[in-house]
Amino acid sequence: MTGIDETDGAQGGHATHGAGAAWDGNVMAGPLSELFALDVTAAVVRCRGCGRAAEVATLRVYGPEPGLVGRCPGCDDVLLRVVRTPDAVWLDLGGVTSLRVPTPRNNAASA
Amino acid sequence: MARAAVPGGLSARRAWREATLVERRPETDSAVTLVLDVPDWPGHLPGQHVDVRLTAPDGYTATRSYSVSAPEQDDHVELTVQRVPDGEVSSFLADGLAVGDAVRLRGPVGGWFVWRPGQPEPVLLVAGGSGVVPLMSMLRARGGPAASGAPRFRLVYSVREPDDVMYRAELEARAANDGVGVHLVHTRRAPDGDPRPVGRLRAEDLVAPGWTAEDAPTCYVCGPTGFVEAAADLLVGLGHAPDRVRTERFGPSGP
Repeated sequence: MTGIDETDGAQGGHATHGAGAAWDGNVMAGPLSELFALDVTAAVVRCRGCGRAAEVATLRVYGPEPGLVGRCPGCDDVLLRVVRTPDAVWLDLGGVTSLRVPTPRNNAASA
Repeated sequence: MARAAVPGGLSARRAWREATLVERRPETDSAVTLVLDVPDWPGHLPGQHVDVRLTAPDGYTATRSYSVSAPEQDDHVELTVQRVPDGEVSSFLADGLAVGDAVRLRGPVGGWFVWRPGQPEPVLLVAGGSGVVPLMSMLRARGGPAASGAPRFRLVYSVREPDDVMYRAELEARAANDGVGVHLVHTRRAPDGDPRPVGRLRAEDLVAPGWTAEDAPTCYVCGPTGFVEAAADLLVGLGHAPDRVRTERFGPSGP
């Protein structure tokens, strides 16, 4: 999450997986915190294209302008997009069939 | 002000706060730790990050994410920033921001790439370059030696050359005093006498007594995308369960 230069990026090996995305879904935590009460990076989305379930944190993310685009780690389909304009947040969940958000267990034992 | 039960709970996470630089600490030639004072900071978990927003006089804004490098202390939030060529935000933070200057900060954010103190299992940290920053936050939150009840930690840290190692003195102290395993991987130039041949991360770098897949550590991997994918593949190839391998990738600069 901390900035790093291209040459440093080369130290870890070739981009053998081809995707070439600079980031993953962890980076969506801030923008999505404007919309959701709970952290959504730990939520599981199901891809409309291939059916794979994946934590938002594991999506391949491109951006940042004009917005963040999250792609399926399985089939590379676009799952969700977040765009911030001066007076609105756009969220496109068109590639997702479901979003499962884990919640803290709500029982006396944990109180 | 009462602390939220969940660090950074709800509305506190979303607010842009003013953060004032109180200290700068060079880590390497190209990385600096910034200590920011953030009044009423709600606290954070090891591995979480913050978004930093800069606004130019003409109203242009740029927002980037930075991992927090240490547990909170007295409303102080520490970030370690790697200078990035052509990185307008990183360069400004690394070189232009003076003690007393303020930036806007949002967070903490992120609930997936986190280590929660109290997790009992051993922890294998795998860092590429400045990917060590959020892992350092975990290592620091762990506290003292294993004899005190802290879980076992091992850090595998890949750098190009010795001068790129951040937090070197502290890592050596934690290895000597707290029983943290620290294994340095040099990809281009190693110190004299290093028995490991120079080169990229290999499977044998990730293997050590007590650190096999059967020991079931939770693995946290952070670094550039190529490094993270290679390291995660090696870990899974060694038999680590994919759901115990948590990853955080960043590219040329965080958005």
